[in-house]
Amino acid sequence: MDAKVDSKGASQASWQHDLYDLLRRHDITQFGYVPDAGHAVLIDRSLADPDVYSIALTTEEEGVALAAGADLGGARAVLLMQSSGVGNCINMLSLIKGARFPFLTLVSMRGDFGEGNPWQFAMGQAVTPVLEAMGVIVLRAEHPDEVIEVVGAAITMAFKSGQSVAVLLTQRLIGAKPF
Amino acid sequence: MATPQELRARKAALAEALPGVVLDRGDAMPTLIGRHEDFLIVTGLGGSAHDVGAVTGDQGHVFSLGGAMGAPCMIGLGLALAQPKKQILVVTGDGDLLMNVGALATIAVINPPNLAIVCVDNGHYGETGWQKSHTSLGVDLEKMASGAGIRRTMTAAQDADLERAARFIREGNGAGFVLLRVKPTEPPPFKRNFDASFCRDRFRAALLG
Repeated sequence: MDAKVDSKGASQASWQHDLYDLLRRHDITQFGYVPDAGHAVLIDRSLADPDVYSIALTTEEEGVALAAGADLGGARAVLLMQSSGVGNCINMLSLIKGARFPFLTLVSMRGDFGEGNPWQFAMGQAVTPVLEAMGVIVLRAEHPDEVIEVVGAAITMAFKSGQSVAVLLTQRLIGAKPF
Repeated sequence: MATPQELRARKAALAEALPGVVLDRGDAMPTLIGRHEDFLIVTGLGGSAHDVGAVTGDQGHVFSLGGAMGAPCMIGLGLALAQPKKQILVVTGDGDLLMNVGALATIAVINPPNLAIVCVDNGHYGETGWQKSHTSLGVDLEKMASGAGIRRTMTAAQDADLERAARFIREGNGAGFVLLRVKPTEPPPFKRNFDASFCRDRFRAALLG
């Protein structure tokens, strides 16, 4: 591990903890995820939090339907996934669009800035057009000091205005994997 | 010239029931559900929406899908966690469940005490022309639910099983799964509102005020 990754790792831990606190301040109580290194802090915090449900999914589309069910019952959910998982959600997003469910997802990106694994590019580069084609508004966070502002804006758009919003946590933010 | 409904009924008549399957879905569902007001209900998009609608009418405590195949079980999980004091009933079909069968594993791990799933298994894709589904060809969805880790599972294939199944979906000590094996006949007719946004608002208004 080189020094650049180390320094990125330190600042990453800080914004990820702030991000968890932000989600909890806005009454998000259902955390659905397919395990991913980019969301490790959020996942671990949700597992340790007795006031939330931490729900490991077998495929990301389950988390889209979970969010719809949470809303029907008056609760708020977030879907944490990697960019590859966006492709698994496409038809399920018709549930969100058709019924105008509020929807918030945080997407840790691969196949983008500095990616070293060619397999990741097809889906990574398709994330934004695919989400937008299904009516999801796409926001991006590139730097640690803008994460809270961007996700805060997404929370307002989703849960006050009933929109469907994805925040891409880019590889400039979380660090590109060299493999 | 035959109407589309008549053509569908003819195709249904040609579909083969599995050996030993004797229940008619339209007769079984009222006995199984009983007092429907005791539940918040989520249904699949095809026959299962009709089965439930024929019992409940088009009402606010029911959310029926018109698309998004594979969604009902996970909508049920989100709803069950959001409303722990209500009993949640998911009614779906074999084709719908097969499309997202991993949801059974997700639900088993969380094991909400207030969630019951009924899979109306007619062994066919009735909506698309009565092609055989996997459950006509050896797949047992009760075993899959059990293998996924759902501790309370049963199959209802006879009239005598329905009363036990009716109690089963009301018991509150862990997620439950009922495989309701029915003949491949047309579901009861039911006209419902297909505006998903209206149905969402109606469901939330009925539940949350």
